[in-house]
Amino acid sequence: MADLLRVRDVTLEYERPEGAFVAVDGVSLSIREGERFVLFGPSGCGKSTLLQAMAGFQEPARGAIELDGRPVQGPGPDRAVVFQEFDQLLPWRTVLGNVAYPLRVARRLRDGEADAEALRFVRLVGLESFASAHPHQLSGGMKQRVAIARALALSPRILLMDEPFASLDSITRHKLQEDLLALLQKARTTLLFVTHSVEEAVLIGDRILVLTSSPGKVRGVIENAASGQRHTAASAQVRRAVEELLAG
Amino acid sequence: MRAQARWRLAKIAVVTVLVVAWEGATRLFHVSPLLFPPASAVLRALGRSVIDGDVPGYAAQSLRVLLSAMAIGAALTLFLTSAAVTTKAGAAVLETLTSMFNPLPAIALMPLSLLWFGLGTGSLIFVVVHSVLWPMALNTYTGFVTVPVTLRKVGQNFGLSGWPYVAGILLPAAFPHILAGVKIGWAFAWRTVIAAEMVFGVAGSHAGLGWFIYQNRFEMNTDLVFAGLVTVVIIGLLVENFFFRWIERETVVRWGMSTAR
Repeated sequence: MADLLRVRDVTLEYERPEGAFVAVDGVSLSIREGERFVLFGPSGCGKSTLLQAMAGFQEPARGAIELDGRPVQGPGPDRAVVFQEFDQLLPWRTVLGNVAYPLRVARRLRDGEADAEALRFVRLVGLESFASAHPHQLSGGMKQRVAIARALALSPRILLMDEPFASLDSITRHKLQEDLLALLQKARTTLLFVTHSVEEAVLIGDRILVLTSSPGKVRGVIENAASGQRHTAASAQVRRAVEELLAG
Repeated sequence: MRAQARWRLAKIAVVTVLVVAWEGATRLFHVSPLLFPPASAVLRALGRSVIDGDVPGYAAQSLRVLLSAMAIGAALTLFLTSAAVTTKAGAAVLETLTSMFNPLPAIALMPLSLLWFGLGTGSLIFVVVHSVLWPMALNTYTGFVTVPVTLRKVGQNFGLSGWPYVAGILLPAAFPHILAGVKIGWAFAWRTVIAAEMVFGVAGSHAGLGWFIYQNRFEMNTDLVFAGLVTVVIIGLLVENFFFRWIERETVVRWGMSTAR
């Protein structure tokens, strides 16, 4: 399969009063079309910063990020982002409106078409009975479902998910992980998924890139034979391999 | 709904207690009606003046000035704050202008206003615009810069920039602050328009409530002076409890950005 997104020797820095702080140091990776790619690492390893750079929110101090061979310049709907925060929905729009609005502004659909398309994706995440509710009336898990529906509806080249389930209770998290896998089967979207949970990394990723912390550097990439599995011998084996790679 | 009705009732009770205390105190202590007429006398004077069409005409003139000034102020606020959040130069301009002019009393500009616009409605509108623009701009700008980072990124992720970004993300996200700014603007506008009308006197053929109050003090019609003040209070109560409350229910309360009352 062809490389969809390529990161070449990228260094990311933050401005601090005492000087530049290097969050990510010389990272290279490539994500293939249609695969589920996981960025895994401990807190503070710069994995979220790397996702932000791919989304176009931060410019690399060195190196290049390319989507379909063209350098990434600023944010855009071809790299739809699902954030960790529950406040990523627009509070003044209904569930349907939250999904339909970006279709109007990014995909230039007309009102009727946008609503019909939005409703299709709201159904896909099982929230059609909440279509006219406002975000503050939803639980955290439901909000994340809407955010996923919104991102998928944009039919992005790659879906960027930044620890989307980290703020959820474990029962909701399990349910949403399962549902995400089912959705991706249908939508066939390329996925970049950031997590600090080994379990989640092994469940979601076709390949798992392991980052070390401060500054973030690539430890290695693991081909995951146990993708989609939770408590199997194969998944336990991959989990051990990931942990060993992280420990060095 | 029942809680809302009880709340409304509580507010009516406060007003009733104030009016009864006013009436009782003026009668009990035999205060000269030339200094402080009882509530009943003021309400009678107000009623007469409403039937004559005096107070409604003066109030309409004041409201005309006030609403024109607020509309101009809102347009300028939108322009200045949009420029401030989309460009560095715009931010420098807004912050400097606000810190220069916000502390400057509108009344202090009246001599200049008279020189520039003459003795007419234009002069009044100018000073009222000055009094509403800076607090509204300051509030709106505060609202814009305190929009959560995640919401900003979401807007940019949709590919929004420039005016569509301001209108689609920043304006609604900052709406609680903007509404607070408009409320402050509304209060400042009343203070300024009444004060300015007292100094200007009759602007052309139109006169406002400020002039009505001032003229009646001159003629020692103290009950009508109070009637003028009460009119301002009544308009304020009505606008706050019906118009602004309605906007809040339809927006910030419905969106879960403010708690319902």
